[in-house]
Amino acid sequence: MGKISEAQQAFLRRAARHRRLVRLGRWWIFLLFLALWEGTARLGWLNDFIFSSPSRLAVSFGSMARDGSIFLHTGITLGETLVSFGLVTALSLLLALLFWRCRLAAEILEPYLVMLNSLPKSALAPVLIVWLGGNVRTIIVAAVSLAVFGSTLTLLTGFREVDEDKIKLIRSLGGGSRDIMAKVMIPHSIPLLVSTMKVNIGLCLVGVIIGEFLAARAGLGYLIIYGSQVFKMDYVILSIVILCACSAGLYRLIGLLEKRVS
Amino acid sequence: MEPVLELRRVGYAYHTLAGETEALRDISFSVQPGEFVSLVGPSGCGKSTLLSLICGLLRPERGEILIQGAQVGYMLQKDHLLEWRSVYRNAVLGLEMARQLTPEAEARVRRMLETYGLSGFADARPSELSGGRRQRAALIRTLALEPDLLLLDEPFSALDYQTRLEVGDDIGTILRKEGKTALLVTHDLAEAISLGSRVLVLSKRPAQVKAVVPVSFSAEEGGRRLSPLERRNAPEFSGYFQRIWKEVREDG
Repeated sequence: MGKISEAQQAFLRRAARHRRLVRLGRWWIFLLFLALWEGTARLGWLNDFIFSSPSRLAVSFGSMARDGSIFLHTGITLGETLVSFGLVTALSLLLALLFWRCRLAAEILEPYLVMLNSLPKSALAPVLIVWLGGNVRTIIVAAVSLAVFGSTLTLLTGFREVDEDKIKLIRSLGGGSRDIMAKVMIPHSIPLLVSTMKVNIGLCLVGVIIGEFLAARAGLGYLIIYGSQVFKMDYVILSIVILCACSAGLYRLIGLLEKRVS
Repeated sequence: MEPVLELRRVGYAYHTLAGETEALRDISFSVQPGEFVSLVGPSGCGKSTLLSLICGLLRPERGEILIQGAQVGYMLQKDHLLEWRSVYRNAVLGLEMARQLTPEAEARVRRMLETYGLSGFADARPSELSGGRRQRAALIRTLALEPDLLLLDEPFSALDYQTRLEVGDDIGTILRKEGKTALLVTHDLAEAISLGSRVLVLSKRPAQVKAVVPVSFSAEEGGRRLSPLERRNAPEFSGYFQRIWKEVREDG
């Protein structure tokens, strides 16, 4: 690299300043929020029995961390989310490839897929409990059912947008359907796949929490319901805070994956 | 000599719920080994359909297509290089799918990349290449399978005029050097004459062979072949142009 010009240096300084401001602003909002919450609770303006407070959260996190229960609940929720996310990704990819291969089946089944996709899946949860019992299976099926149909439809639409001429190219070079999938469709759809994964990871978390509300003995969803029933709002709000962190972390994970493939 | 390609009264129609569109009717012609045949005709007359039929992507509804030697290479209008593969990996795509990616074949592709000025770009992404280089890479991809017959579907139409002349010249010379038999579809009459040893004129849809114009230049009589650009400057060129222009025009 040669010498950096005056103007370029000024530009770099401005860009760095901009980045600093963004980071600072984010931290400020976070700290201001904590301070306001804690302050109003201390002053008695907020009823901390109902609204909890950062210090109360810290105390209950401390005690739950000591007996390990908070890690158990978080771990179970995360585990269920990752398992259902894996299932959704694999299933929707498989279904979309299958439907792309077999137009007739896709055309016949399309209205059913659309219907299942728009059906509010939380309505299914009580049915699932009766059918499958109040266990992990129900939770995972609930989460998968929430995301799999939409994801399949999105991927199928993406596959169908692959340039006809690229398919013609593969055929003219002597390739078959398998080559079209492996050489053109899947690589072409990777950005789409990653963006559906981003949606799916969020949906799976939602599905898992719905499932845990109804059919769990452990997990953050269970902790929320339990906390609200025994009026321990610290538990409820602590679970929500941890959920915030989990969803941000999971999203980041997919973001890292995205960076690696592109 | 046995023709590489022979079409006998080939007919084809497209079907939709709204009706039938006859694209080709009674097309008969043959191509001898080493020949370079140009096909011209009004746009939308079914030229690309004809190539798809010869390549086996479509099946003729009537008539038959006979091909000597199994390998047919097809070069499409756009280069369609896959952006997620390097130039080299694009060039070996056909070999990879045919499971013929032997060390000899790889060496052959490397050699072609070198001969045609792409060796420095083997590991580059297609988007880093100029239009002309992209088209050459696409040609190498087609030639890598060592086709006995090469089908070119307006391979220069997506290029700007200057590049088009250069690449046309390039590819014409490459094909002649490799001794390939080729069938070129184009709507550019000058291109058809400068590259072909014979020009077939197709009529409006449904396309029929309207005229066959053998192209020869007095400067080529001694066995020397003129390059496509030299042909454009040869005295006979405008005569052929007028004649073929008239054939195409009479139609509309």
